[in-house]
Amino acid sequence: MDKILVGLKRVVDYNVRVRVKSDGTGVETDGVKMSINPFDEIALEEALRIKERGEANEVIVVSIGTQDAQQQLRTGLAMGADRAILVKTDGETDALSRARVLLEVVNREDPGLVILGKQAIDDDNSQTGQMLAALWDRPQATFASKLELNGDTARVVREVDVGLETIEIDLPAVITVDLRLNEPRYVKLPDIMKAKKKPLDEIPFAELSVAASPQLAAASFEPPSERQKGVMVDDVAGLVVALKDKGLL
Amino acid sequence: MPNVLVIAEHDGQSLNLSTAKTVACAAEIDGASIDVVVLAASAADIAAEAAKLDSVSRVLTIENPANANALAAVIAPQVVALAANYSHVFAASTTFGKDLMPRVAALLGVNQISDIMSVLGAHSFKRPIYAGNVVLTVAAPTDQPVVATVRSASYTAVESGNSAPIEAAACDVELPSHTRYIDLQAGSSDRPDLQTAAKVVSGGRALASAENFDLIYALADKLGAGVGASRAAVDAGYVPNEMQVGQTGKIIAPDLYIAIGISGAIQHLTGIKDAGTIVAINKDEEAPIFEVADIGLVGDLFNVVPELTDSLG
Repeated sequence: MDKILVGLKRVVDYNVRVRVKSDGTGVETDGVKMSINPFDEIALEEALRIKERGEANEVIVVSIGTQDAQQQLRTGLAMGADRAILVKTDGETDALSRARVLLEVVNREDPGLVILGKQAIDDDNSQTGQMLAALWDRPQATFASKLELNGDTARVVREVDVGLETIEIDLPAVITVDLRLNEPRYVKLPDIMKAKKKPLDEIPFAELSVAASPQLAAASFEPPSERQKGVMVDDVAGLVVALKDKGLL
Repeated sequence: MPNVLVIAEHDGQSLNLSTAKTVACAAEIDGASIDVVVLAASAADIAAEAAKLDSVSRVLTIENPANANALAAVIAPQVVALAANYSHVFAASTTFGKDLMPRVAALLGVNQISDIMSVLGAHSFKRPIYAGNVVLTVAAPTDQPVVATVRSASYTAVESGNSAPIEAAACDVELPSHTRYIDLQAGSSDRPDLQTAAKVVSGGRALASAENFDLIYALADKLGAGVGASRAAVDAGYVPNEMQVGQTGKIIAPDLYIAIGISGAIQHLTGIKDAGTIVAINKDEEAPIFEVADIGLVGDLFNVVPELTDSLG
């Protein structure tokens, strides 16, 4: 195939313990480390491997967000993507809008494959890939842990609740990736320098003919109810007594 | 009056317990009437189970050989065809529901609500974000259908004392052939299902090998428990993916959860925060798992676990 499109979302880093703002209007992001959504990194790694096997010519990374998302796109370019597209918006976007934006990008680029993370670790939605596949009227293979291309079709092993499901899909298609598909490469310093020269195009959100979607309003944010630290026991005998006291043995 | 369509989850033979939990969530909407739809190659047995679920008004069946395996691209247009008659469309937040419902929502032109954990009103729900570190209250537009997945761990299954009518639903939509089921490698286990077991024993990276997981299995079998694992243990290849508990694995709520050699990363804790009693066994007394454990035991699992298993007679 010619092109693979990969979505990169800028999210609060995996290792940050997120806190709710005191007024309940959102979460604290000031001064917080931001990164590529880890699942999206896996998506990009898979696209790069497909290209390196000679099964694709070009890997394009796309992000939807503020100017800051350029950082994540540059990281994607440093990992090995050929070029980047930033769909620039100041406001928050919902999953359906993101899918509609991606569809516009798909229509412009005509990729043979779109690879996305199975979920973003901020909103934990797990929606955008499926929505894009629906709007594009193409197959979806979600939660992929193995991917094999055979000309006009792909075989995808999916991590489902009961085990591993294999499906075959016609291309083009949308694939969302799970943790065990691959281990993303580390970026080396020379690659970061090289990435600065790679093209990064900006498209204003308003330029895309994306219909406003019915918004889910975020009414409030609150911390979850915390579990309390319990008792420590000294040995197995103490553990058995404690479990019996609770009626669990 | 709100009317909710619940998409039944099944394996072709019997109803998945997550469906009864999804019905429990739907029943929290004041005055809602609830229909369950069974899409299958052969729906009769599954529909008969669904008809017993309390709070269900009616069970609809759509029988089609194409529905033999739950492919989202095939199921979604059929759900969309039915959805016109409903204010809400719900499915469980399992891999089945997560795969299907965004596709349904996009075809209906609406956003989807993931992982409902609490119903505040017909258009107001709570859901976890940021691996459960934040609870978001979300308001859905009142002039659009609400398409949502339901976090099973937040709900107790409705009882099975009902006998709702079963009707075949007409569904004349064109189904795609671009997505084909090949096979399913299911974990063959005689142990209780991880997602519904009353007791679960989980092992982490500290087990150090697939062979050593036998310690976990032996304890689980003594307790009649299901077996889970941390992401680290799955990534290391000690156990298969379907055993992973946490943000990106299974979210569970057993009465008893025993975490063995699991440090307790926030992504793991989000998968067990609704457990009744959490027991932690870890040799590192600083492990974060002890901050949430009801009962903690600092010790070497290779001594503690066999001793515990033996002491259970």
